[in-house]
Amino acid sequence: MPSKKYTPQGHYVAPLEDTPIAPIDKLDESQKARSTWADAWDAMRRRPAFWISSVLIVLIVIIALFPGLFTQVPPNSNCLLANSNGGPQPGHPFGFTRQGCDVYSRLIHGTQASVTVGLMATIMVTVIGVVIGALAGFYGGILDSAVSRVGDIFFAIPTVLGAIVLMSVLPERTPVTVAVVLGIFAWPQIARIMRGAVLSARNSDYVTASVALGVERSKILLRHVVPNSIAPVIVIATVSLGTFIVAEATLSFLGIGLPPSVMSWGNDIGQARTSIRTSPQVLLYPAAALSITVLSFLMLGDVVRDALDPKARARR
Amino acid sequence: MLWYTGKRILQMIPVFFGATFLIYFMVFSLPGDPIAALYGDRPPAPGVIEVIRAEYNLDKPFIVQYFLYIIGLFQGDFGTTYSGRPVSDVMAQAFPITARLAILALLFEAVAGILIGLIAGLRKGKLFDASALVVSLLLISVPTFVVGFVLQLVFGVQLGWARTTVSGDAPWGELVLPAIVLASVSFAYIVRLTRASVSDNLSADFVRTATAKGLSRNRVVRVHVLRNSLVPVVTFLGVDLGALMVGAIVTEGIFNINGVGGTVYRAVTLGEGPTVVSFIAVMVIIFVIANLLVDLLYAALDPRIRYAK
Amino acid sequence: MKKSRMGLSVLALLSASALALTGCAPGEPAAEDESTGDASAIITTNGSEPQHSLIPTNTTESGGGKITTSIFAGLVSYTAEGEIENEVAESIESEDAKTWTVTLKDGWTFTNDEPVTSDSFIDAWNYGALYDNAQSASYFFDNIVGFSDVQNTKDDPSGAVDEEGNPVQVGDPLAETMSGLQVVDDTTFTVELSSPEADWPLRLGYTAYSPLPKAAFEDMEAFGENPIGNGPYMLDGEGAWVHEEKINLVTNPDYDGVRKPANGGLEIIFYATQDAAYADIEGGNLDVLDAVPDSALETFEDQFGDRAVNQPAAIFQAFNMPYYLPHWSGEEGKLRRAALSQAINREEITDVIFQGTRTPATDFTSPVIDGWTDKLEGAEVLDYNPEEAKKLWAEADAIAPYNETFSIAYNADGGHQAWVDAVTNSIANTLGITAEGKSYPTFAASLEDRANDKLTGGVRAGWQADYPSMYNFLAPLYQTGAGSNYEDYSSEEFDNLLKEGSQAASVEDATAKYQEAQEVLLKDLPSIPLWYSNVTGVSADTVDNVVFGWDSVPLYHQITKG
Repeated sequence: MPSKKYTPQGHYVAPLEDTPIAPIDKLDESQKARSTWADAWDAMRRRPAFWISSVLIVLIVIIALFPGLFTQVPPNSNCLLANSNGGPQPGHPFGFTRQGCDVYSRLIHGTQASVTVGLMATIMVTVIGVVIGALAGFYGGILDSAVSRVGDIFFAIPTVLGAIVLMSVLPERTPVTVAVVLGIFAWPQIARIMRGAVLSARNSDYVTASVALGVERSKILLRHVVPNSIAPVIVIATVSLGTFIVAEATLSFLGIGLPPSVMSWGNDIGQARTSIRTSPQVLLYPAAALSITVLSFLMLGDVVRDALDPKARARR
Repeated sequence: MLWYTGKRILQMIPVFFGATFLIYFMVFSLPGDPIAALYGDRPPAPGVIEVIRAEYNLDKPFIVQYFLYIIGLFQGDFGTTYSGRPVSDVMAQAFPITARLAILALLFEAVAGILIGLIAGLRKGKLFDASALVVSLLLISVPTFVVGFVLQLVFGVQLGWARTTVSGDAPWGELVLPAIVLASVSFAYIVRLTRASVSDNLSADFVRTATAKGLSRNRVVRVHVLRNSLVPVVTFLGVDLGALMVGAIVTEGIFNINGVGGTVYRAVTLGEGPTVVSFIAVMVIIFVIANLLVDLLYAALDPRIRYAK
Repeated sequence: MKKSRMGLSVLALLSASALALTGCAPGEPAAEDESTGDASAIITTNGSEPQHSLIPTNTTESGGGKITTSIFAGLVSYTAEGEIENEVAESIESEDAKTWTVTLKDGWTFTNDEPVTSDSFIDAWNYGALYDNAQSASYFFDNIVGFSDVQNTKDDPSGAVDEEGNPVQVGDPLAETMSGLQVVDDTTFTVELSSPEADWPLRLGYTAYSPLPKAAFEDMEAFGENPIGNGPYMLDGEGAWVHEEKINLVTNPDYDGVRKPANGGLEIIFYATQDAAYADIEGGNLDVLDAVPDSALETFEDQFGDRAVNQPAAIFQAFNMPYYLPHWSGEEGKLRRAALSQAINREEITDVIFQGTRTPATDFTSPVIDGWTDKLEGAEVLDYNPEEAKKLWAEADAIAPYNETFSIAYNADGGHQAWVDAVTNSIANTLGITAEGKSYPTFAASLEDRANDKLTGGVRAGWQADYPSMYNFLAPLYQTGAGSNYEDYSSEEFDNLLKEGSQAASVEDATAKYQEAQEVLLKDLPSIPLWYSNVTGVSADTVDNVVFGWDSVPLYHQITKG
């Protein structure tokens, strides 16, 4: 029986030969430190949902950029009332709208405006909301009060009022201006959600630990708090993408969105209003296109969220 | 906590002035002459428009109009609509109806949304989860006017279970169907949000600890998972309150509800400054209070959140 | 006029209506039913919140007009066909169509038992005309001698001028009353017009000419909340008008005119959207509906069978090309206007977009108006003729090539997008140019650009008659300097014919002149006529004898229930 060794402090320390470093505890210091993002990528690429949604999104983007690849029928041409609400015909696979325009062509050509509105508004809202919400939640105090109250005011302004005023100031109405108008009045939602999540996260053990280790506050916010608070934001953002595309329909319907000559799914969904009693199918195609787009982003959002969340990764 | 609440209530003052000023300015900037538009395609005899513009102070510069409005406000005068009704009467009529509608909608989306989101989160990837996803997608992609129209046709006209439109005094019972329509999109949000939070928290340390302690799954879910998942959901509900009140234009139109959304919308299209500003001022106050309640709820839901002095 | 801006709400897609000119003359009951019904039954019907308190001279929109017509009786009232029948008037006579002598029947009282006298009319009309009262219907009195004295008559001392360069008028009116109105005795008064008008009595059925009791002048605003009238119905006590919700009317027991109610009263429920009202009549909460929403145009006739009404109404719809735009004046403009008109397939659009609830226009009035015709010289310019359209357009291009995008402006809150899209598509397809709709967010915004000559293309135009006369469809819209002549059309020939018509000795002579005047319009096309709206309505099987008047409002007094 080996003799016990005592340190000057009087604690017993097991000799190294008694407790050899197990391979599992060994640190391979030559390997590069893995970033959160690299870990996330590894996690994502193993999931079929990631690939399915990515392919769909790439396809949607290609359609948006090059509609001419997918339909030979130019947009808004030869809308003949004789074809009003007509069924499919050779060369017109989805039939015709109430105005007698080709549904398939409108769908393809409408992708650009709808995806632009949806994506731009979502990105704008997410960026503004995350930055403001994170700062407000993490630092609190006067910053929090000021930012939150400004958010309250923005939230209270009826979008219709804001849109009419902004749209009549702007010289042109394009998908970009519509996205900006929608974004201006929607960012406080994400900011509030982000702020709430940051409030929860900022008192977590890992934050306390980082503070104890002397990590800078801004680094803690970026490295630990934001990735751990982003999950609900991703959910809201992906759902919002769809609601923005529908909201564009409402604005256009009110005469403050896209001009009627610009094709968009939202415009077509709005137009379907008068036809739902008799020809509900005119709603079907734009709504289906919207559903597929939203589904792709929901799936992708889900995968990204799981991948960014170390807890969810650990389980797998 | 009391200090925190008091501070927040004091913040209402600048918010109130900021919001009223901004919104009054926006209404002022609306294109066109609101009085001329009242007469449609046929202008009245010369001079009529000037007399009425003067009556509503519309002939004065913006800043004067705003101060006249604020001075009136402190004397309890919210201004008058272009039809000659005191705005205070209009508010007294619309807000209680909208409050009932919003409460029902909020209840529906909270209860049904959280429940379905919870089950979907617990059974991630299973059939229930997939069905919830499909329903959410439908509600996101199909606009409210369609959802409203279909429900009205089925439950109101064909089955006769509900009154097709809501009668003037808008009793609770008649508002159930409109509330469900109104809440449909938010419901989709809550389902997705709850599902994400729940599946997140299922793998959290405190859940593993609780399970390890031998707590029943039921109790783990109820006490630990759900409660900790509610922070984003409650935040969402708090901000959604406004959308449910001011944004109910389409739902109110379908069911002929004389509420805040439709009134504000009509006032905006008419360029009726005092109506828009008075309604929105009340809405801002409701927002500040709702968000305060949400912040106080955070502390109750998540022990990690504490409000320092 | 009844305001024809049509709907403030998003969903209030005004569906004017369609007219199949098949047999169903206006006013013919949809269902021949001789049942007398329950004399105490209350008819529920749709309406909208009145824009102002219920003062007849301040009620020029349909929501309030429906109520004031029911609670007041003027000198005359209109039959379903738009003819006048004496109410309070015993006779309305004139030798020269300029000075009119009105005698009243004895025994008419307001519901507060005050007798209806000459003063009841004259005071009400003077109130309506006076500048200070800013009544929306004041222009109805502008042909009475002395009207200008009750307006602002002094030039602004600062020398300010309005947009047309006329001095701005300020200061108090010279008089409180119009000198052209003279009391002879309690039941006789005379009216002197500033120029002869053969069909002047035709105007008098309009609600602005209603009498008012003395009580009204003490506090007009309070009176407007609880008006005291002399019509077939009266308010059901204080608070019968629940704002934004409904108004309850009961029969006036003392009423003894030509509109004696066959029912016990009316409950007019205010709807913000026509779709909601339609759902209510489907759901059994409403007896009579006088406007079918766009979404039901295709189905309502099948669904309601002979309880559906789809008949002509006094609503004319068109679009105007402003003369101040390049390409649209002079010879080039004339050619282009004619080309546009013949590039539009009105038949197909009314059929497909409106499901037969509009009728292609053949003149500038309406089929319910005496003197309407489809035989005007030059009316073929309103026919769809793509070859001719292309030819004329090419001729115009030879004068100056057209490389612009053609557009028609409309207010998005009025439900115009569908037909504007259809019309611009029709133009684009025929002429091979790009054409599109241009939407303004609100009526106010579109009016501003229109009134200030800032349009960039065509603009939708509509007109609903106040009283059933051709003059009312022509003078306000196309006379030089007229109030609603926004696009500044001016034709001496037209103005003269209009004047000759209004001063003609007989209504027949007048009609001939008005038709001739329209032939001038067909050549110039200041407005490109599209179609006439029909009144579309349905009634539940709880009620009978539902007949719609020329003015698109049901004759409520005839309706029986139970």
